[in-house]
Amino acid sequence: MAESHGEAKGQKAGAHTEADGGHHGGAFPPFDSSNFASQLVSLAIAFVALYLIVSRIALPRVGGTIDARQNKIEGDLAEAQKLKDESDAALKAYETELANARANAQAIGNETREKLNAASEAERKALEEKLAAKLADAEKQIATTRTNAMSNVRGIAADAAGAIVQQLAGVTPDANAVNSAVDASLKG
Amino acid sequence: MKIDPIHQFNIEPLFTLGHIGNHTIAFTNSSLFMLIAVLLIALLMLASGRELVPGRLQSVAEISYEFVASTIRSTAGSEGMKFFPLIFSLFMFLCVSNLVGVIPYTFTIASHLIVTAALALLVFFTVLIYGLYKNGLKFFSIFVPHGVPIYILPLVMFIEVLSFFLRPVSHSVRLFANMLAGHIALKVFAGFVAMLGFSLGALGWFGGVLPLALTIALYALELLVAFLQAYVFAILTCIYLNDAIHPGH
Repeated sequence: MAESHGEAKGQKAGAHTEADGGHHGGAFPPFDSSNFASQLVSLAIAFVALYLIVSRIALPRVGGTIDARQNKIEGDLAEAQKLKDESDAALKAYETELANARANAQAIGNETREKLNAASEAERKALEEKLAAKLADAEKQIATTRTNAMSNVRGIAADAAGAIVQQLAGVTPDANAVNSAVDASLKG
Repeated sequence: MKIDPIHQFNIEPLFTLGHIGNHTIAFTNSSLFMLIAVLLIALLMLASGRELVPGRLQSVAEISYEFVASTIRSTAGSEGMKFFPLIFSLFMFLCVSNLVGVIPYTFTIASHLIVTAALALLVFFTVLIYGLYKNGLKFFSIFVPHGVPIYILPLVMFIEVLSFFLRPVSHSVRLFANMLAGHIALKVFAGFVAMLGFSLGALGWFGGVLPLALTIALYALELLVAFLQAYVFAILTCIYLNDAIHPGH
């Protein structure tokens, strides 16, 4: 399709050139086979030279530059990532440290509070014991005093009973009988 | 003032290089512009810096590199990178020579069928030889598409074989015809401007505005075509090479 198009153009244009008088024996230049050899030879030389320049020098050079840039960018990105990781790690370490310190502070606070609590408890206990002992002593003393008093009351009662019997009957009663009578009455 | 839109395609021998058989090998204007294209590419690729942050020239060189490289990777896979120098040379040679060719008074190398045919045949034989070398007879499986009913297979194979051998024709004529037709149209319209201006006086100056506008529009189109045809030639080369690399589709 494209060929026939080009062909038609060529023929039309060729006719035109011929009508103008034609410089090259009337042939349409692109189809003038007399210059094919020259063009092929120069094309071969030019294209081979271009291919060699491109494949040996130009592409490795430009490709190398592009690769170097790519590597540099990747290296820089990796470096940035590394630094970011490092700063993240530092932040994490700081936070851990902070949490530890907080926990320590709390522990110390708790310990102190417990110690103080224990000390005050112990003091309170000691005081209570002391007070209890004092109370017990006091109670003992009261009991002794009461017992003494009670025994004095018996003696006084016996004496009083003996004196009363002597006054009434004129007889000194037997001490033992008086004592047992007093005891019975104190019991009753 | 007469228009001769064909004159721009004339081959003018500048000096004679020698003889092969009964052919005279001359250094022609075509040879000169091939040389210019090679030198421009060499200048672009070699004179550009190697900075980490590229300048303008270096950017152009690197963009061309990556453009061709990504074209190959996307059409022929990473194995196609073996042919990177070839495709890069083809693309840059055609692109630079076509772009130089749209400058007035220059010569367009690709407007000669013999040149585009030589390049297309270079690609054709590269595909054929590499395909046979790499895949042996399995290379011919590109002629046998999968999933075709057996009774129409011979017909399909015939069409496939025919299209394979017609590839260099379409490959070369596409480029040649585009460059030729575009340059002829450009010359014809530009010629109208001068013709009107010289022959009709003040009216002609006024009347020349329309063809001038068309010339400018066509010139812009030709710039696009100059690049696009080089790209099409390169991408077709990649597609053909893909057949040689992966004949099983």
